[in-house]
Amino acid sequence: MEILGLYNYWAYVAVLMIGFYAVIAKSNLIKKLIGLSIFQSAVFLLYITMGKVDGGTAPIIQAGVSDQIFSNPLPQVLILTAIVVGVSTLALGLAIVVRIKESYGTIEEDQIHLLDHKS
Amino acid sequence: MSIYQHLPALQVVVPMLIAPLVVLMRGRGLAWAMATATSMMAFIIAVSLTNIVLETGAVSYAMGSWQAPYGIELRVTAFSALLLLIVTAASTITLLFGKQSIDSQLEEHRQPMFYAAWLLVLAGLVGIVVAGDAFNIFVFMEVSSLASYILIAAGPNRKAMPSVFKYLIMGTIGATFYLIGVGLIYMMTGTLNLADMEVRLQEVQDIKPIIVAAGFITVGLALKAAVFPLHVWLPNSYTYAPHMVTAFFAACATKVSLFVLLRFEFLVFHQNLVEHVGHFSTFLIPLAVIGILLASGVALFESHLKRLLAYSSIAQVGYILLGASMATASGLTAGIIHMFNHALAKGALFFAIACLATQVSSLRLENLGGVARKMPWTMAAFVIGGLSLVGIPGTAGFISKWLLISAVLEKGTLGIFLVVAVLVSSLMAAVYFWRIVEVAYFGDAPKQSAELHEAPKWMLLGTWFVALANIYYGLNPSLPLLLSNQAAASLLGQLP
Amino acid sequence: MVTLFAVFLLTLLVLTAIAVVQTKNLFVAVMLMGIFSLLMATVFFILDAADVALTEAAVGAGISTMLFLATLALTGEHEKPSKKGPWISGLVVAITSLILIDATFEQPYLGDPMAPVQQHVAPWYLEMTPELMDFPNVVTAVLASFRGYDTLGEVFVVLTACIGVLFILSAGPGAPNPKSPRIPTAPSVGLRHHLIPRVVGKLLIPFIVLFGLYVQFHGEYSPGGGFQAGAIIAAGMILYALLEGEKQALKVLPQSVLIGMVVGGAMLYGMVGVVGMLMGGNFLDYSVLSSNPVSGQQIGILIIEIGVGLAVCGALLAIFHAFAARRSVG
Repeated sequence: MEILGLYNYWAYVAVLMIGFYAVIAKSNLIKKLIGLSIFQSAVFLLYITMGKVDGGTAPIIQAGVSDQIFSNPLPQVLILTAIVVGVSTLALGLAIVVRIKESYGTIEEDQIHLLDHKS
Repeated sequence: MSIYQHLPALQVVVPMLIAPLVVLMRGRGLAWAMATATSMMAFIIAVSLTNIVLETGAVSYAMGSWQAPYGIELRVTAFSALLLLIVTAASTITLLFGKQSIDSQLEEHRQPMFYAAWLLVLAGLVGIVVAGDAFNIFVFMEVSSLASYILIAAGPNRKAMPSVFKYLIMGTIGATFYLIGVGLIYMMTGTLNLADMEVRLQEVQDIKPIIVAAGFITVGLALKAAVFPLHVWLPNSYTYAPHMVTAFFAACATKVSLFVLLRFEFLVFHQNLVEHVGHFSTFLIPLAVIGILLASGVALFESHLKRLLAYSSIAQVGYILLGASMATASGLTAGIIHMFNHALAKGALFFAIACLATQVSSLRLENLGGVARKMPWTMAAFVIGGLSLVGIPGTAGFISKWLLISAVLEKGTLGIFLVVAVLVSSLMAAVYFWRIVEVAYFGDAPKQSAELHEAPKWMLLGTWFVALANIYYGLNPSLPLLLSNQAAASLLGQLP
Repeated sequence: MVTLFAVFLLTLLVLTAIAVVQTKNLFVAVMLMGIFSLLMATVFFILDAADVALTEAAVGAGISTMLFLATLALTGEHEKPSKKGPWISGLVVAITSLILIDATFEQPYLGDPMAPVQQHVAPWYLEMTPELMDFPNVVTAVLASFRGYDTLGEVFVVLTACIGVLFILSAGPGAPNPKSPRIPTAPSVGLRHHLIPRVVGKLLIPFIVLFGLYVQFHGEYSPGGGFQAGAIIAAGMILYALLEGEKQALKVLPQSVLIGMVVGGAMLYGMVGVVGMLMGGNFLDYSVLSSNPVSGQQIGILIIEIGVGLAVCGALLAIFHAFAARRSVG
């Protein structure tokens, strides 16, 4: 069990790094944005993991039931915000990609670079 | 409750709540008028807040009447007041005098959304500055970043789009790194309030997550502040943004991230991490010095005027960091006052460039031969801004260079080496300005230059307003000096 | 048992992420991203974050996928092999991950009730919510009141994104002509001629919207609230647009109405704050809205949640239509 206690954190690091790799190593702009989404999701996992309490339930207090254990509501609130921020960034990024495709005819970073240096 | 107690909240809420209404303004110039009036209102609030802070010390405001750490606290200190003045003044002056430049670069039917985004940048930046809560800083960082992407994407050149995409990717990575750092600190302390963090960190025994958090927060904010070598998003974004947007951002955007960075380093980490001061200095002094020298070096060979100044901005971020990484009162004062003085110098320079751009077709150096003969007023203001940036006595830039050099000299042998670096880079700045001056004053006019006239009067007025502010604050630096001194003292307050 | 299930899900999550990055077909990558989000939502649910799970499913699997697909329709779905050497990126990633893994060994274990996170602020919320708000969902209480200022900021992030997408897509060669707007293009006819999706879809839409409204107004008692409701209703309306075509969907809810919803929702939230200020409290203090502070809190939360729902729903739909109205060029 000791080892499993940290498994969530390792999973978050793994997902974080897969996303990070996609963002910095891929040349395709949409792939970069996909990587960015994965990268951000990993942080959500970090926050939600730290809020979990053993034997707890979702922090919705039931009337008449005492001595219940609840998981931490605060990280959940923060992540609700972060999810919406993530999708907002994504929407803006995709709109920019559409414009790049129209004016350059490609969404590959290295080709855009070439086109910029020719002109 | 009098209205004065609500000022910290109003500082953010006024521009933020008016922004959506600006979207609906359809009439000619109406959106501009509304945005300018709002920005002025924000400036007036910033001035009153500064007065209050100078009279009574830091001001705190409990959002929703929930006391910290349970609710979100706003906190205005002398340091925040200085930043509030820079941000709101930069926004107001660029909006007030920059209409013609914006009109020439953006179709009319797209302007309401542009001005709404402008107000959102303003609201986001002041929101970061007054926030007293780590997660709240993240939220407002995102408001200001997303809105900044919009403003840069308004640039007419198609290269604006790849530049803003790069900025979006790097900005989001920076914000996410910051979020990871805040998450780790929250994990170890159970709080998000900055002041509370400072206290509770003292009880934390397992220090490794905190060190990692410090690293992630530093890297994330350094990305946003364009600290060398994380600056790669900046040159193109500044080059292809609309001219007025460049003037606005160059004056204040990266400084707000530096403000958050310094607050974390000095208030949260320094008190609690053994030898953090040492680590901070050993990492940042070399980065600052290399950044200053390399960026100035690139500027020497750059021929596009805006990109040249963008590289100079990266060098200036280095100066601010160099001062701060001394971790002494005099060093911090120098770094902080340079935020103010650099905003003045770069504001004047980019304003003058916007004036030039109303007449010339390309801002490349080879295209600007003899331009000073046709536009003497514009170029004269440009020269004043340049002198201030180089640090000639009598200009604002001199004050910060002088303070920086005297602060650095306290460091003994290392100090002498650093002074040499500062002097060399100032010399480089003088050289790259001389290149521009030489071309503009003594160069041969390109063939099509017959139609050149002086820039529109109203924009010229704004340019000169900022240029003269460089001289005024060079001769009479008491206000920024007072605020920077207090800011430095409060950052170092609890250090032994 | 649950732990093992969680370990299994997390492993699957990592594998899915790798598959997303590996595949060269962007359409496949986007579909896998949908699966990734659903897996993530399940993990959140196991970790007691019901509200977050609902949002991740609606936003991550629903809205994000829609946006990606709308973009792919304009940009093409094949990724060209990159000539960039992956070594430097790999090195940066490896170093970063080692640092983070190293830090985990001094972090509290999953579920440790004595961890610092579970002390200080969180128990106060759990204890005070019944007393101060008199409703059971603590997440809603923290979101809408204790940290209501963050949520206001978040609504403005959505507003900014909406303005941004409309602004960026209002220029360029593919911009819809402002004089004669929205010439219906081929894909916008929708799935009109496909009988089964159309019938099933049409049957589903009222339930989706009804569920959205339930989530909106029941947020104080069960998982849910304005964000989730806005995202769910927007997803229902997007489904309608896919089935009936853009033109029909815009007839029901024109772009100007959507922008009105975004502006109105954001303003509604802000105005609740301002009214609190005028009535003698601080900004966003709902207690002063009524003579009884508890019912004041309830009124305030109800109104701001409606504001959030309106703004999120309007923004997501406006963003979707902005992509869909784009003519494909070249």
